[in-house]
Amino acid sequence: MTTEIRRKLVVFTCFLVTAITLVPVVMMVLVAFQSDGESMAAKPSFWPSSWHPENLTRAFELVPLGKYLLNTIYFAAGTTLLETVTAALAAYAFARLNFPGRSWLFGIYLATLMIPSQVTLIPQFVLVAKLHGIDTWPGMILPHAFTAIGVFLLRQFFLGIPRDYEEAARLDGANRWQAFVRVIVPLAVPAIATLAVFKFIGQWNNLLWPLVISNSDATRTASVGLQVFQDTNGTQWNLLLMAATVTTVPLIVLFFLTQRWFIRGITMSGLGGR
Amino acid sequence: MAISTADTAPVTTAPAPARQAPPPRWRSREALTAWLFILPSLVGFLIFTAGPVVAAGVISLLNWNLFSAPTWAGLHNFARLGPDPTFWSALGSTAYFTLVSVPLTILVSLLLALLLNQGLKRIAVFRSLLLLPYATITVAVAFVWIWLYIPHDGLVNAVLGWFGINGPAWLISDTWAMPALILMSVWKSFGFGMVVFLAGLQAIPQQLYEAGRVDGTSPWKSFRHITLPMLSPALFFVIVTSVIGSFQVFDQALIMTNGGPGTRTTTLVMYIYRTGFENYDQGYAAAQSLVLFAFIVLITATQFMFQRKLVHYDN
Repeated sequence: MTTEIRRKLVVFTCFLVTAITLVPVVMMVLVAFQSDGESMAAKPSFWPSSWHPENLTRAFELVPLGKYLLNTIYFAAGTTLLETVTAALAAYAFARLNFPGRSWLFGIYLATLMIPSQVTLIPQFVLVAKLHGIDTWPGMILPHAFTAIGVFLLRQFFLGIPRDYEEAARLDGANRWQAFVRVIVPLAVPAIATLAVFKFIGQWNNLLWPLVISNSDATRTASVGLQVFQDTNGTQWNLLLMAATVTTVPLIVLFFLTQRWFIRGITMSGLGGR
Repeated sequence: MAISTADTAPVTTAPAPARQAPPPRWRSREALTAWLFILPSLVGFLIFTAGPVVAAGVISLLNWNLFSAPTWAGLHNFARLGPDPTFWSALGSTAYFTLVSVPLTILVSLLLALLLNQGLKRIAVFRSLLLLPYATITVAVAFVWIWLYIPHDGLVNAVLGWFGINGPAWLISDTWAMPALILMSVWKSFGFGMVVFLAGLQAIPQQLYEAGRVDGTSPWKSFRHITLPMLSPALFFVIVTSVIGSFQVFDQALIMTNGGPGTRTTTLVMYIYRTGFENYDQGYAAAQSLVLFAFIVLITATQFMFQRKLVHYDN
């Protein structure tokens, strides 16, 4: 009897906490559909008294939201792809191949792990400016595609793959490259996917770098675009939150599609790779 | 050559000794392969990550506005930090943010992980929904939070009104702007710790609790003496990463308060941004970023010193 009450209490608390947590996200969508008058009233209203789906097209007309979303995909996918591929290759060498200088080179990678991105922000900006990369895709993507974290995480994972699998392939005459592509990469799909999902969501969220590098609609991402939206249109709540909804929903969908890897990634990092 | 050795290996059936003493030629071939694997990453890493770290040190010693030729400043940029009130207030704001938001986030994450670990059936659904804020765009949700904090009749103050509390004008209040940012940040980031703690809780062997139950241990005692020690590595990890993250808080402060009122919520990273990209004082901004780095190293090193005493590892 007491366990039954306890169970119900736990379920009730779970529902309550989840409901409270989702309030900001739900309100973002609700206000996005309110009329101009209702959303700007001195006393904010919560449930829309009338629904205005045309706010969606109006938000797209005010600023090129579609372009910003596309740019965000370029930026996030570009950095993710470059980082994942180069990190996987380097991590394999660090995990499996002997070469002089391996430990000190890996040490240099490790040493940059703790350095906050603000330290590299100014030199990276100077470098990109000198190479005439301001407001270009190489300028946006390249400086954020070679962090040490990818190499570090994938090396940890590769070290955990038994050498026997690879040895078997090598005995069958496979060279290192073939062993890497046919044996290691398929086994490391969960780890690579985890890294990719984290990187993608992180870059989708990145505000500071696009803020300093992109200065036109050509490369402006959703995060910067929203800030521009606020600057140019003021706080027109229904349209501002409609723009926020439009840029957030794809990420939420992606999150639900990839949460298996996302959660595994958090877990792996939290338990020291266990 | 490599292929022919591989072909003969199955015949000899004893490859182990050969592995221990590889011929030098094979070794140099392996080294060449290794460099080919590393090269794409290394070139990018040296140019865009390691190089800029070194360059930050050099730039911090220059007077430079990006447009004219830089002049040598020596340690002048670091000396400027001392008498600069905005730097100290930014440091104070960042410390305030970190000292309140990290313990709060950890507490919320831990309580929710414990709640979800009560043998619930639909645990994965709740976990995903509670993790949702962590997977939203900071700028986008920062707008909603401005809306939630609308003075007088905004949602937050309306709820406070039910309890007879007259809520403040959050984001424009000297006192309440920072707590408002902290509350939003806790909401945005508690999911990460929650997932880590939940995984940690699920990894604790149930026998430990059963042994305690036989001895009639109270729930609080079993939490204190079993759960907490077993969870301490996960706790340590989340604390270290949260502190590093909150020292770099920027997005929500830029969007929600723009550092105000006054400089009340101007954090270190926001000050670096303003110095470098609004005042074009790159040398001074680089010096500030190195000081931020020094703080992060110092705090993380301190945490690792405490780790030896407080964190319990199985092995």
